[in-house]
Amino acid sequence: MSAGSSAAAREGRNPEAAAAVEALSSYRWGFTSAIEQELAPRGLTEETVRYISARKGEPEWMLEWRLKAFRIWQTMAEPQWAKLSIPPIDYQDAHYYAAPRVKPSLKSLDELDPEIRRTYEKLGIPLEEQKVLAGVEGARRVAVDAVFDSVSVATTFREELRKAGVIFLSISEAIREHPELVRRHLGSVVPVRDNFFACLNSAVFSDGTFVLVPKGVRCPMELSTYFRINAENTGQFERTLIIAEEGAYVSYLEGCTAPMRDENQLHAAVVELIAEADAEIKYSTVQNWYPGNSEGKGGIYNFVTKRALCRGARSKVSWTQVETGSAITWKYPSCILQGEESVGEFYSVAVTNNFQQADTGTKMIHLGARTRSRIISKGISAGRSNNSYRGLVRMGPSATGARNFTQCDSLLIGDRCGAHTIPYIEVKNPSAQVEHEATTSRISEDQKFYAMSRGLPEEDAIALIVNGFCREVLQTLPMEFAVEAQKLLGISLEGSVG
Amino acid sequence: MLEIASLHVTVDGREILRGLTLSVLPGEVHAIMGPNGAGKSTLAHVLAGREGYDVTEGTARLDGADLLAMSPDARAAAGLFLGLQYPVEIPGVSNLLFLRTALNAQRRARGEPEISGADFMARVRAEARALGLDLEMLKRGVNVGFSGGEKKRNEAFQLAMLQPRLAILDESDSGLDIDALKVVAAAINRFMSPDRAVLLITHYQRLLDHVRPTHVHVLVDGRIVESGGPELALRLEQEGYERHAA
Repeated sequence: MSAGSSAAAREGRNPEAAAAVEALSSYRWGFTSAIEQELAPRGLTEETVRYISARKGEPEWMLEWRLKAFRIWQTMAEPQWAKLSIPPIDYQDAHYYAAPRVKPSLKSLDELDPEIRRTYEKLGIPLEEQKVLAGVEGARRVAVDAVFDSVSVATTFREELRKAGVIFLSISEAIREHPELVRRHLGSVVPVRDNFFACLNSAVFSDGTFVLVPKGVRCPMELSTYFRINAENTGQFERTLIIAEEGAYVSYLEGCTAPMRDENQLHAAVVELIAEADAEIKYSTVQNWYPGNSEGKGGIYNFVTKRALCRGARSKVSWTQVETGSAITWKYPSCILQGEESVGEFYSVAVTNNFQQADTGTKMIHLGARTRSRIISKGISAGRSNNSYRGLVRMGPSATGARNFTQCDSLLIGDRCGAHTIPYIEVKNPSAQVEHEATTSRISEDQKFYAMSRGLPEEDAIALIVNGFCREVLQTLPMEFAVEAQKLLGISLEGSVG
Repeated sequence: MLEIASLHVTVDGREILRGLTLSVLPGEVHAIMGPNGAGKSTLAHVLAGREGYDVTEGTARLDGADLLAMSPDARAAAGLFLGLQYPVEIPGVSNLLFLRTALNAQRRARGEPEISGADFMARVRAEARALGLDLEMLKRGVNVGFSGGEKKRNEAFQLAMLQPRLAILDESDSGLDIDALKVVAAAINRFMSPDRAVLLITHYQRLLDHVRPTHVHVLVDGRIVESGGPELALRLEQEGYERHAA
């Protein structure tokens, strides 16, 4: 923890320092809201799927879609290829639906359960967004679609968005109000049988977000959803579908924290993005689910399928993610670059500490001519954690003149953690160019001492150096998100040195 | 202000400082001179609290407080500053962010309010101008892409901004051309006041032409073997350290 005057003195100070570090590193947002809940019966059968669909008042085609997914899922097995050690998951020992007992649609935010409001406060939702939630006039315009466990309980700014022609609804509402749109696009980017977890999600997805930005419209505000897993032993299966029509632009922010739980919780979200010609979608995530305690007990299992289809010419999708939470992260936000000259970007910071495991990266599938992709990945490993970047760049036969640039940097803190870079490159067009750079470094004693000698406490010194390491990625985040992310990096690494 | 008594320090089991005693009072400028390997940089680092230096015997106190029991950041907050011989690069962290974060951390540790952005920038502009440092350069990563001379000027800039009570400057003159040397020397002279002190660690006399020491010490084999006034530095410049060789 401190400077080396003598070895004996260092030994003597250690227990105290260790205790202080332990106190600091306990998850700050591990609290439970006492909100009445309605749970689906434990277990997963066709009856569960029917129960969920009925609870949500879904049309017949949606139920059929779910049932088909469920039957396919029963024939599938969990993927084994990731560099993760995943304890066996008993899919029958969980509830697949939890809805807070509040009125399904609120006329105003005042009707929001005060307990939920307090939860948002404890989460440290940025002031500006709290104002939005509180309905303060003149607040910066960020529309928040709050997903509390499984049902959207508050949607703001819907009217103003509607004037602009933007549809911003919970996916359940969208199924009711725009069934034709949902039916046309749902599963078109991530097919039902894509993978085990996406298939499970298709069968039992609880709620999520639907966005459609019509032709030529620049969405007048950033759209934001806060996810939060609250019910004990409830799998969370979010489903998000965002469509940007020709020439449209939308920036979407997704932020997550979860309360402390002893039992591992499964999360398997699916996000599908569709960008038509000249459209742009910017999707930013700050993920801070409970990572488990310092002995590796508890924590969220996060198996996410996120994929974008750049369907139109010159369309663009940017994924930015700051991943600090979850016990296990399995996540590869990807872009299918179909339209000519379409652009895919992936900016990622993944932090693992204690016993966390992350296997994350991206896939850039170049189909169209002169498509471009850019991958910047920053992995930070501390404690006994394992952090892998896994990325695929595929240049298809018709991807003439396509280009990719990949940079993967790993930073190690301590000597018991691991960092791995696993690039897959497939080039089937001779005119395509692929560049890959990778570095691995440690926070040097020199850097740490330099910062401390100027007055920064050790944890602050490390947070500052790590923030510098991640700067290229953090600067792609919207401003208030970047500030949150910087704080989160510091918090995630508390107790990583000593 | 600084009281070092019979300090013994080993690095990797090898004894580098072997009973060093030194007393520095407010208003004094002490130059520590000596041949390579005498323990000059070890003294600087052990006072600032760098890991890897084991104190086996002796004490070091700053205004009566036990320096050796404090972490480096606590020593900084107590008023100690170390100007490094080889300043470190921190990519992605701008010099200004680094300095402001450090300054506020020190102020917090002392129970003082944080400095306002406007006050901070006003001081930055004044000190940067005095040191011939470009403001744009200070917005770049800490020491990233800086020449050797620019790094040393940046250390002097940090000294001016952080306003410690005791500055330990390790080879602040090495790698500087004569113009840069004058700029750095001027910064040290501006820093000095009756309630502050400087410990200049240097191999050569030339910095002492511009920063006049009140005391000069010769450090050989981990001990101070001779002390005197400014004239001692001049004599060393002519004779070298042969006379002190063991």
